[in-house]
Amino acid sequence: MSIRVGNAADAPPFPQAAPALLDDAQLRKNVRHATDVITRKRALVVGEQKDWQALRSSASAIKAHTLRYLDDYLVQFEKACTAAGGRVHWAADADEANRIIVGLVRQYGGREVIKVKTMTSDEIGLNKALEAEGIHPHETDLADMIIQLGKDQPSHIVVPALHKNRQQVREIFMRTMGLKELGDRPEDLTAAARQYLREKFLRVKIGVSGANFLIAETGGVCVVESEGNGRMCLTLPDVLITVAGIEKVIPRFRDLEVFLQLLPRSATGERMNPYNSLWTGVKLGEGPQEFHVVLLDNGRTGILADAEGRQTLHCIRCGACLNTCPVYRQTGGHAYGSIYAGPIGAILTPQLFDMEHAESLPYASSLCGACYEVCPVKINIPEVLIHLRGRAVRERQSDASEEAVAMKTMAQIFADRRSFEAAQRLGRLGQWPFVRDGWIRRLPGMLGNWTAVRDLQPLPKQTFRSWWREREHKREKERRDA
Amino acid sequence: MPEAGNAAREAILRRIRKANAEADAGAIAYAEIERGYQQAAELNATMLVELFMERLREYDAQVHEAETTNVTEMFANVLTANGMKGALVAQGFPRQWLPKGFAWNAEASADTSAMNRAAGAVVVCEVAIAHTGSIVVKGSRRLTLLPDRLLCVVREEQIVETVPEAFARLEASAKDALTLISGPSATADIEMTRIRGVHGPRFLDVVIVRS
Amino acid sequence: MRISLFITCYNDTLFPETGKSVVRLLERLGHEVEFRFEQTCCGQMHYNTGYQVEAMPLLRRFVDIFKDAEVICVPSSSCVGMMRDHYAKMAEASGDAELVQAVNALLPRIYELSELLVKKLGVENVGAYYPHRVTYHASCHSLRSLHLGDLPLRLLRNVRGLELVKLEGVEQCCGFGGTFAVKNGDVSAAMLADKLRCVEDTRAEVCTAVDNSCLMHILGGLHRQRAGVKTVHLAEILALTEEESVR
Repeated sequence: MSIRVGNAADAPPFPQAAPALLDDAQLRKNVRHATDVITRKRALVVGEQKDWQALRSSASAIKAHTLRYLDDYLVQFEKACTAAGGRVHWAADADEANRIIVGLVRQYGGREVIKVKTMTSDEIGLNKALEAEGIHPHETDLADMIIQLGKDQPSHIVVPALHKNRQQVREIFMRTMGLKELGDRPEDLTAAARQYLREKFLRVKIGVSGANFLIAETGGVCVVESEGNGRMCLTLPDVLITVAGIEKVIPRFRDLEVFLQLLPRSATGERMNPYNSLWTGVKLGEGPQEFHVVLLDNGRTGILADAEGRQTLHCIRCGACLNTCPVYRQTGGHAYGSIYAGPIGAILTPQLFDMEHAESLPYASSLCGACYEVCPVKINIPEVLIHLRGRAVRERQSDASEEAVAMKTMAQIFADRRSFEAAQRLGRLGQWPFVRDGWIRRLPGMLGNWTAVRDLQPLPKQTFRSWWREREHKREKERRDA
Repeated sequence: MPEAGNAAREAILRRIRKANAEADAGAIAYAEIERGYQQAAELNATMLVELFMERLREYDAQVHEAETTNVTEMFANVLTANGMKGALVAQGFPRQWLPKGFAWNAEASADTSAMNRAAGAVVVCEVAIAHTGSIVVKGSRRLTLLPDRLLCVVREEQIVETVPEAFARLEASAKDALTLISGPSATADIEMTRIRGVHGPRFLDVVIVRS
Repeated sequence: MRISLFITCYNDTLFPETGKSVVRLLERLGHEVEFRFEQTCCGQMHYNTGYQVEAMPLLRRFVDIFKDAEVICVPSSSCVGMMRDHYAKMAEASGDAELVQAVNALLPRIYELSELLVKKLGVENVGAYYPHRVTYHASCHSLRSLHLGDLPLRLLRNVRGLELVKLEGVEQCCGFGGTFAVKNGDVSAAMLADKLRCVEDTRAEVCTAVDNSCLMHILGGLHRQRAGVKTVHLAEILALTEEESVR
């Protein structure tokens, strides 16, 4: 079995990728603006929702319950969807999913497909697999289209092209759509996209989508979107192939009442997004007459087996954690080397790989906890980050690394009073070569990362405990003398 | 191919069962899941309609109020105001509400091409949600998508306050194709500037029929 | 009340003034302070960096040393956060039922300084005098682990002579994050730059907080910039009275 998460297996570690992105002033401005806008909007619509915390609790409980009985719910979904005229396929990993989808497209004689935004398809590398077979996939989500036409990588779950400004988009559109003229206002660019895509929506016979929710009870699928391209791809083609992670299933139709209140507010700061499509199987005379669902594992069952990590599978891909993360806000998504970026990416990406890749990601966090506060399904991301750091240390790190040695030394120092006080004295003595004009401006080794940016005050002459000791001696003496 | 599919199916299900046994995940029954969120209306009928209209206006839908006695007239006004000479009509739409003097064509008579060229569409809804300004339409998926103008009729008694109430009402239609429409399509993908009407109708007219 | 002080490893070594201030303050309010020399570290640095195995002995030490203390005061919200967020789970994972019991019995007696003052001792005006323009940074643990809310601000508002200025982005992480500051120094620096900008915009002389970890990081940046702003732990502000200020 080979797990794939986009190109994450080959991506540079986070500390290596971050500096260049921090130097990109345009990117930083765009990321900051985008995250500011969404967090402000989100705060407003969440603030007015009196039962927000109750919704979060229910959502978290529904997800935990579903995961506990995931096998039953997936089987139930398969049965109901099949009874309604759909066909359900199972894929253990990315390669298998691609084989199934490519196979279906060829079966129907398709040379191109229209796609609705689906991160799952990015995860498995579907576009590449299709192209390799001479099948051209057209991304129809505006941002995904910008990324595809600009031969770029997405940098956010919900607003993938937020790192691009209007001039950059205009340049891409003019070049790839063969336009002699094009305004650079967002309205002009959107109008160009509308025209470019309308032709494809009406012509291309095979659509590929993801799913926000799979409903076990009815065999139904729910897709949440804003632009309308989703509805185009879900309704107009003759054939629809939907690929979804196994964790997308929810028990019953009515459970949508919880998630459809949480997702739009968390993702785009709206009370409800413009379009939610819900369909079941095949209906004669309306919508695609051939409907296939590909259920994807690709590492999810591995996450399920980890008691501390399985809450990661609650994720409904809202992106709220990215928008609120003070680290993401500085670097944008590319630093994480994965289509799943930000706090959720930092825990999902390495876990899909069972920690074989992306071990730097759990450390790409100051553990501030802002993500947990906003997560609509209550994933305790800081807790999972710490858990994964533990796994990284135990499973992946060498005991001889500078850090491991330092940590073991510190543990010995803290082990008893004598060692601790000795280390305090040693520190005070040993620091003098580094002190200039009362401050430390340069430290060796790993600690050099501190002084690269900050000054450090030297250790004071007297520790607290030695002050206390002195004071107690003095008081004892006074008591005896009295 | 089918064999490979079954192998994956069995492997995945086996891994799930093993994972759940190992992780010792606390089990709650579905019925025990706490649902402390609002599930019933707190606003009275008048306030409900007011709220619904306010939400519609927030996303620039045109809102019209009519009584059952003058719906036809209201329709005629709306179409005239929009410069429309006719529209495609959804299956099941109450014919008695359609004013004379306009070209009405049945949804079933139009293929995708025709729908794409049509001036507008007229539909009814299953339920409307005041809290979010949403209209839920059953079926008519292409009809509510391709023409540039959408006119939806909402009867006052179809308006509920909350999303949970709407889903309770929709329970009987759980396996039908349902579309929740909450405004014209939009994108904020370019510099976070919200642009209305990407794909799907750019103009939405809602006629609320008061009882 | 007899209050046992858990000074924290880094305050003991780097910020003894904070400890001295806590002692002075609590004694001024009429309480007795004790200090148990066996204390070293709560284990947060190890635990958070992934060295959870090494953190366990530190938990056991802490419980052992303080299990019979009436009340424990900790002038560091991140250390209290460590205990409240993780100690119970760590104890359970160890399978040691006695340890679990001891931890659960101990946790309710542990207070961060501002919690101790306002919630346990019921005092918001500690009779302090600090005639300076001060801005308050809310550390992440104080906000999201301890939910201190406005307790520190209530204490600051009652300090005579103190001009309190609101910090823009007060809830944004300063970028310290323990070993994060060293393992991801570039991003830590970028986050610090944002925080420094907000601090400087207040035109305050002093930036305060309930954690010296944040303050060490912020001061390190302010000083590197020669910004002329200093950082002072909340305890050190509250400990000063008019007499002491004049001296």
